[in-house]
Amino acid sequence: MGLEQKFGDMGIVTVSLEKAVGWARSNAIWPMLFGLACCAIEMMSTQGARYDMSRFGMELMRASPRQADLMIVAGRVSRKMAPVLRNLYDQMPDPKWVIAMGDCASCGGIFNNYAVVQGVDEIVPVDVYVAGCPPRPETLIDGILKLQEKIKNEKLAKWQ
Amino acid sequence: MTTTPSTFQLDIPEGLVTGTTVFRDEVTLHASKVTVLALLAHLKDVQKFEMLTDETCVDYYPKEPRFGILYQLYSLSRNIRVRVKVMLSEYDAVIPSACSVYRNANWLEREVYDLFGIVFEDHPDLRRILMPSDYQGHPLRREIPVQVEENAFSFNRARIDAEKPRATE
Repeated sequence: MGLEQKFGDMGIVTVSLEKAVGWARSNAIWPMLFGLACCAIEMMSTQGARYDMSRFGMELMRASPRQADLMIVAGRVSRKMAPVLRNLYDQMPDPKWVIAMGDCASCGGIFNNYAVVQGVDEIVPVDVYVAGCPPRPETLIDGILKLQEKIKNEKLAKWQ
Repeated sequence: MTTTPSTFQLDIPEGLVTGTTVFRDEVTLHASKVTVLALLAHLKDVQKFEMLTDETCVDYYPKEPRFGILYQLYSLSRNIRVRVKVMLSEYDAVIPSACSVYRNANWLEREVYDLFGIVFEDHPDLRRILMPSDYQGHPLRREIPVQVEENAFSFNRARIDAEKPRATE
């Protein structure tokens, strides 16, 4: 039983374009196949059969940044890796989002030293920070749902 | 099981070694940077220590001489281990490269150069191996602070934002 039975013959549904675009974008996020450390193991588990990230329209991990909408920074970013990560981010087409997964990507975590970037927001803009060391798959899925809420309410002007 | 040092004798020519220490069955031969290459060649060719397990450095700041270069050797045929130690002054942190004796010293010495700033003479390719090539300084020296950033609490939010220009791009 769908809308048709409930409201009768509806030829047209009106909705603001921003809402429609946001709804479409939020339910087909393609993350980039990109793992840096132990958080990547949890990210793989999130895609696996037990936690199944594809329930939220995210089953397609793209190996190329040019086909990806979302960069999940899973792990610590060393100073040597930082230019590589920024390069990958620049290669992603707009609109694009970033999740800093785990304490290391969010703020350096336990690696408060010369070799590790103290939070990936030094080099790319981050939309959602996921806490944990490493975060459990449920935590990552929660972060993704938060990101979907954010995308649904985004203004089109942001990506002009 | 590795043979304990009480059961082996090293016959080392006069002048190559300045002293010997035994601590918990580990033998350390002390050498100077003038004699270290001859000592390593002797240990490899005559005493059959075929393998350089590791070459590394210790920073004894503020003692002087400050740096201790360590060579961990292993003899596959005799199943014994020995350590060679050379002390270096902070103001003359230069030592001959062991690459001519043990070829795997190449990357090990690059790492010591990268992290401690020890210069290895006659090294075939002395440049950074771990840190980015434009990095300034040698991070495992004692004068480099252990923490690079204060813990980020909400009261220093303005300073955190200033350090992270991309966060609100």
